[in-house]
Amino acid sequence: MRIEAAFSSGDRLPLIPFITAGDPSLEVTLDIIRLLDEEKVTAIELGVPYSDPLADGPVIQSASERALSQGVTLTWVLELVQTAREIGVTTPLVLFSYYNPILRFGEEYFLERARFSGLTGMIIPDLPWEEGRLFSSLAAKSGVDLIPLVAPTSRERIRRIVSDARGFVYCVSSLGTTGIRQHFSEGVDRFLDVVREYSPVPTAVGFGISRAEHVQHFLNHADAVVVGSVLIRLIEAKKDRLQDSNRKGQALAEIREFIRDLTALTVPFHEG
Amino acid sequence: MTVKSIESRSADPLGRFGNFGGRFVPETLMTALAELETGYRSALADAKFQEELKGLLKEYSGRPTPLTLAQGLTELTGGARIYLKREDLNHTGAHKINNTLGQGLLAKRMGKRKLIAETGAGQHGVASATVAALLGMECKVFMGEEDVRRQQLNVFRMELLGAKVIPVTSGTRTLKDATNEAIRHWVSHVEDTFYLIGSVVGPHPYPEMVRNFQRVIGDETRSQILEREGRLPDEVVACVGGGSNAIGMFTAFLEDPSVRLHGVEAAGEGVTTDHHAATLTMGSPGVIHGSLTYVLQDEHGQILPAHSISAGLDYPGVGPEHAYLKEKGRVRYTTAEDGEALEAVRLLCRTEGILPALESAHGVAEAIKLAKKGNPDSIVVICLSGRGDKDVDSIRQGLEGL
Repeated sequence: MRIEAAFSSGDRLPLIPFITAGDPSLEVTLDIIRLLDEEKVTAIELGVPYSDPLADGPVIQSASERALSQGVTLTWVLELVQTAREIGVTTPLVLFSYYNPILRFGEEYFLERARFSGLTGMIIPDLPWEEGRLFSSLAAKSGVDLIPLVAPTSRERIRRIVSDARGFVYCVSSLGTTGIRQHFSEGVDRFLDVVREYSPVPTAVGFGISRAEHVQHFLNHADAVVVGSVLIRLIEAKKDRLQDSNRKGQALAEIREFIRDLTALTVPFHEG
Repeated sequence: MTVKSIESRSADPLGRFGNFGGRFVPETLMTALAELETGYRSALADAKFQEELKGLLKEYSGRPTPLTLAQGLTELTGGARIYLKREDLNHTGAHKINNTLGQGLLAKRMGKRKLIAETGAGQHGVASATVAALLGMECKVFMGEEDVRRQQLNVFRMELLGAKVIPVTSGTRTLKDATNEAIRHWVSHVEDTFYLIGSVVGPHPYPEMVRNFQRVIGDETRSQILEREGRLPDEVVACVGGGSNAIGMFTAFLEDPSVRLHGVEAAGEGVTTDHHAATLTMGSPGVIHGSLTYVLQDEHGQILPAHSISAGLDYPGVGPEHAYLKEKGRVRYTTAEDGEALEAVRLLCRTEGILPALESAHGVAEAIKLAKKGNPDSIVVICLSGRGDKDVDSIRQGLEGL
């Protein structure tokens, strides 16, 4: 399913969960992808672990370190995507990777493999619009969307960045790195409204969002909400049970409940 | 002799030196980098700014630094005449102050009162804290927990100067991660904070800007040697970690084809081991700290830890202009091992009564090899980027191990 189709389907949760691939293991990541697919989230962001995640706060940094210690690589994540497709996962899968692993892989070869594996899109937090123009056009040709990011500091850059956006536009809620926040600046709503006005594709907002109240609020200003660190923390807390076949079922049920609770306050997507 | 204008050739509009450089940073920083570039270009064009900087370099840091003929070392090697560009005689003991004065004044001009900096051994941290004290600014220095432990004296110096040292506990707990953490802090406080990068690394315009604040080294050297010898040197040697002293020295000679330029990286325990910092020699193109350049990385594009006895060279990236000069073939990049650097320290102490920084000693080691091949009519210039007082513990331990 294409990203735009997932946004407009009317029967999906306006939620884009972020998980770090391979944290705590390949098998658990696949279990969680399947769960999120069943819950009909709008898309799933799959984090590729990196040695120097400079856009991330401590929670995702630690997840990245745990996954790296499992030997997770970009190739490995693409294989995971392919396996997910083989077992029938239809939700758009969006890679979140720093640029260097892709550069090292070879950009064109990466896109070829990404398309073959069934990847829908990708977010590259250290590839701003100016640096990503060539890669973005190569990606468009290969049918894998490069999702642009806009930040509260983007100001007059917003219009240019979103003008040729594909998939959706990722709005960074606040200054700083990823991680749970209690409060957001007052200007964020206005920023999100501006992006939505200019964007030819749906918008999603992320960074710091952890509670149902946040989700409810932000859905007045964006089409979906990205939830990362709070979910990673939940997975970390349950990692032993998730890797124990006798106790896994209950732990997954709790994650499912958490996902449902996050959107419990929101009106159903199709009525929005 | 006067300090030349810092106006110089620019990187292209995307901040590229050939294929290298650029701005590979989170979107949140892009507007700040554009504002920094505008602020920097406007400062360059402002005679008052230039005067103020020249004044501080002269009256505060003690420039111009001397170009010393190393008589004893020249006699011992029995080849070319060896000159030392004495950046060790700057205030705070290294070339780092040239850049921190420039960026500090720029921060002031741009109305930013909060400075942040990353540091490895602490030299750039001390130079940043010094300028913050001088200009009445707030200063936070990010330093890997491992380096905080190894460099207690420099931590104290920074605190004495009024800076706040923030130990970094992520990743390898050294310079690479201190830089990540400084960038993360900048992303969170970009609206009132100036990030004072210590080398010719990072996103555009830093590599070009730091180069231009450091080019005073080569500009002075060029006129000093012409005055002294009536001709240009045959070989110019400088150590390369991030590469700011080397770029600062080389820039004045890039258009002189007769002058051979040598950048010396840290080979640590040897370039065939896993313990070295020879990024240009053993690395490959990749992205680190916002710049496309040579990096030490594994086959999956994960950054590898670097190693050198010299904390200032212990960095898995290098300035993008060096990557460009390597590919162009204009500069020859080579390496010196920990042991060779230690030998060079001992030799320079005995023959000249000068204790070089371990960083600079890598350059001295290579220069001795070059001088031996030369004749008494040829001239070798070494950029003696800093003094070695900060390194006495490492030097003592290292020499005991030899």
